[in-house]
Amino acid sequence: MDKRVVFDPERCKGCELCVDVCPESIIFMAEEINQRGFRPATVTEQERCTGCALCARMCPDLVITVYRPERRSAAGAREGRG
Amino acid sequence: MRVAFKRPDALVDMPTHYCPGCTHGIAHRLVAEVIEELGVFDRAVGVAPVGCAVLAYDYFACDMVQAAHGRAPAVATGIKRARPDAVVFTYQGDGDLASIGMAEVVHAAARGELVTVIFINNAIYGMTGGQMAPTTLLGQQTTTSPFGREPAREGYPIRVCELLERVRGVAYLARVPLTGPAQVARARTAVKRAFQAQLDGKGFGLVELLSTCPTGWGMSPREALKWVEEVMVPYYPPGEFRTDAADPGGGPLLARVGSEVSGKHGEQA
Repeated sequence: MDKRVVFDPERCKGCELCVDVCPESIIFMAEEINQRGFRPATVTEQERCTGCALCARMCPDLVITVYRPERRSAAGAREGRG
Repeated sequence: MRVAFKRPDALVDMPTHYCPGCTHGIAHRLVAEVIEELGVFDRAVGVAPVGCAVLAYDYFACDMVQAAHGRAPAVATGIKRARPDAVVFTYQGDGDLASIGMAEVVHAAARGELVTVIFINNAIYGMTGGQMAPTTLLGQQTTTSPFGREPAREGYPIRVCELLERVRGVAYLARVPLTGPAQVARARTAVKRAFQAQLDGKGFGLVELLSTCPTGWGMSPREALKWVEEVMVPYYPPGEFRTDAADPGGGPLLARVGSEVSGKHGEQA
């Protein structure tokens, strides 16, 4: 399955603000540290991500890119970024 | 798969120098998103004076000018009057706008300058090491109020929105905390309305964003957000204080140099 949410580990400063807002509680802090010495936020259960982008909205460091599947009908096309 | 959320192009692709959990990053993104959404990226000019956000000129991809401490509204006035087609915003902290820059912002507001002020209020001087700011709350400990701010000694915290509410020339005035996704979405709307007030020629716009300083407050980023919600919000109530140029005089408040807007300020008492 394609990834729904992509975290850039080198941008992350480990503030954990994304962890609290995830409605699925699938974001956790990795064990390893990045080059700047922070434990970056990460997601492994991609299939549980709903693409709500709440994490990306709260991230102060633009770590997160969120993807959603293409919609089939134009009826539900009303949707804005963030 | 299509992209539902990504970095706005109005921000340069580079990590910021801000501390972990600092909401400056969120505020930067909101401004960048609004600039993009309004389609004014190619004529946007930002002014950042002294503070943590002085390096905003590295992060915003639009034109940026650095101003002397507190003088961003004055510099923005000059840019806007010389280039009326530019969309001008300032990005100022509370130690900048509410203390050394108080005169500039009040007068820019009173002149009804067509600029947008993004005011980051985190109740402390973050850049210089957590000293007491005019917006520091009563009882709040800082490096220069180690026993807590005491009104008899240090006076009362200044509420900037309430202060500017009665100033003629203000077209849009709002305060929003950056404490969660819903509030961040509201803040984005407020920033957009403040820019729209400028684009529509209505007057001065200011959005106060209640932000965090986890390092200066000595808290974790999560605790800091909670502190904003529980301690700052009761003293700094969020809301829209002004939503248009609701002025008894009516109409544009000032004749813009070099623009087509004709003023009525000569009629005002």
